[in-house]
Amino acid sequence: MSILVDQRTRLLVQGITGKEGSFHAQRCRDYGANVVAGVTPGRGGMVVGGDVPVYDTVSQAVTETGANAALVFVPPPFAADAIVESAEAGLSPIVSITEGIPVADTVKVVHYLGGKDVTLLGPNCPGVISPAARCKVGIMPGAIHRPGRVGVVSRSGTLTYEAVGQLSALGIGQSTCVGIGGDPVSGMSYVEVLRLFQEDPETDAVVLIGEIGGTREQEAAEFITGSFTKPIAALIVGRSAPPGRRMGHAGAIITGRAGRAEEKVKALETAGAATVPGPALIGATMRDLLADTHAKPA
Amino acid sequence: MRLHEYQAKEILAKAGCAVPAGRVARTPAEAAEAAEALAGRVVVKAQVHAGGRGKAGGVKLAASAAEARDAAASMLGSTLVTPQTGLAGVPVDAVLVEEALEVDEELYAAIAIDGAEGGAVVMVSAAGGMEIEEVAERTPEKIIRAPVDPVLGLMPYQIRKLANGLGVDSRLMRPVSGMLERLYSVFSGNDCSLVEVNPLVITTDGAVLAADAKLDVDDDALFRRPDLLQMRDPGQEDPLEAQARSYGISYVKLDGAVGCLVNGAGLAMATMDVTDAAGASPANFLDVGGSADVNKVAQAMGIILSDPNVETVLINIFGGILRCDLVSEGVLEAARAAPGAMRPMVVRMQGTNAEEGRALLAESGLAVTLVDDMAQAADAVRAQPKGSGLGGE
Repeated sequence: MSILVDQRTRLLVQGITGKEGSFHAQRCRDYGANVVAGVTPGRGGMVVGGDVPVYDTVSQAVTETGANAALVFVPPPFAADAIVESAEAGLSPIVSITEGIPVADTVKVVHYLGGKDVTLLGPNCPGVISPAARCKVGIMPGAIHRPGRVGVVSRSGTLTYEAVGQLSALGIGQSTCVGIGGDPVSGMSYVEVLRLFQEDPETDAVVLIGEIGGTREQEAAEFITGSFTKPIAALIVGRSAPPGRRMGHAGAIITGRAGRAEEKVKALETAGAATVPGPALIGATMRDLLADTHAKPA
Repeated sequence: MRLHEYQAKEILAKAGCAVPAGRVARTPAEAAEAAEALAGRVVVKAQVHAGGRGKAGGVKLAASAAEARDAAASMLGSTLVTPQTGLAGVPVDAVLVEEALEVDEELYAAIAIDGAEGGAVVMVSAAGGMEIEEVAERTPEKIIRAPVDPVLGLMPYQIRKLANGLGVDSRLMRPVSGMLERLYSVFSGNDCSLVEVNPLVITTDGAVLAADAKLDVDDDALFRRPDLLQMRDPGQEDPLEAQARSYGISYVKLDGAVGCLVNGAGLAMATMDVTDAAGASPANFLDVGGSADVNKVAQAMGIILSDPNVETVLINIFGGILRCDLVSEGVLEAARAAPGAMRPMVVRMQGTNAEEGRALLAESGLAVTLVDDMAQAADAVRAQPKGSGLGGE
């Protein structure tokens, strides 16, 4: 088992006829994901990748193919519309790769989703992958992953690959790796992902990767204190970033004390997380943490 | 994207917010004219995209047109260095000449996006005129917040609560409430990521005015705000940052000696941290992005190399969609374009076509130290000789 996506995932790709959409849809299929449909308004009736039908609307695609999850590559001006269309059709999770959606649009989308039984990942995220189920819903390089029992949750893209690379190199496989995205307002939070990892019998421990800006890591720390019982290793990047400057991610800007790396590290440490001393030591910290856990009888 | 104070005030005034009478001036003569027209004491304020102007000499009181001319002359054409600008500072190309207010009270009002609330939050404080970050740190109870529901908008009861919390005289409730309501309409009507008025002044005769204004527009919304986009002042940006932006490269200039070329914002921050922990100092944040091609990498390398402080270049690529060999080709192209500008490189490549990428650089004859992971990269950066940058010659 895993969280969010597995062998039952029937994936619909929004924007599948675009350059990025078609490229990544094929990579997801190559890895083993079941891509059942694509949606591009005005391109209904097309077939891509040999046998994936394209529809004009999501509801049509769901009726015809039984799709139950969405991967969004729609350009920023139209992305909010695409996400809500998939939500209304009952797809979940909805994984929004699109980078550069106006924050006012995301605010409305997240507000619309509140109270609905739909999970949004992102926007501006690398997606989610469950190696044992061979299910990749995102743009991460599949080959670096290996099946295992450590969950990964992160706001970043390539830094998540870095973490996975370090884990795999030490023989530590992953249950599911989740990118929640680098925008200031987004769907799933660390807390919601940690809750799923807590309930997942196939996840033994978790790597959490955070960065400067916002207070999401503090919310995670609060949840870990009260409700998370599995070993967790946490890394916060951006210690060396000066305040007031945006570091690529729209969320990664220090505005006030809580956004600083030291504050986040302190909160996670107090919550009982093992803090990773530097970006080069993600794998090693998890290896030591697992060794400690196994040494202590439960 | 940040707007100048005078631009922000134009937008506020159009929305019905009271602002001090004033005029923008680009020469000392224009400043004198503006002061003449305003009659009486004026404030001359340097128009720069950075806070902390006052202490840096960017705000001056003038009792006459002649004094206003002198104040403007001392600012225009100069470079203002404030705690928020970095060592290079920002050029002063314009000043705002405004009527000086008879201040009774200084309040604070701001609207920003709060990720934890999932939307906009209005913040007010009676402790106006000070660094609000300091207030937030020392006396957080002095800041009153109201999260805004995106469908309902800022509700009248919330405005009453905020105004009440400010402790203003009840006869000032109306103008203060009106100001907050209009500030929110500016925020929501212009895709802002920040509207800040500090101080929000109450004058001795009971007027409520936005004495300063900071307005940031969401970069991602500029495609639908052409009117705001044309207010961009590239002169306020670091020239290298402006150049990077035109190529779609995310670059932030810093003051260190290790140039960093990385794919991905998170990995780029991690690379800066590793550099910093190794006792060296990053010269920049740079994310080439996932869809980079040879040309874009060459441009990125060129930008890093045109920083005279750079002594070593640390290339850290985790190839996924981006192929490592393509990155190397970009680096080689930059080396061909400006062979004299090359600096010793520490290169870590992993992922897609890493072997090909490493081989290209190893066989190039350039000064390259190839490493296998970030720990080795830190060691190699530490081992680089100091003082080899162009700036040190």
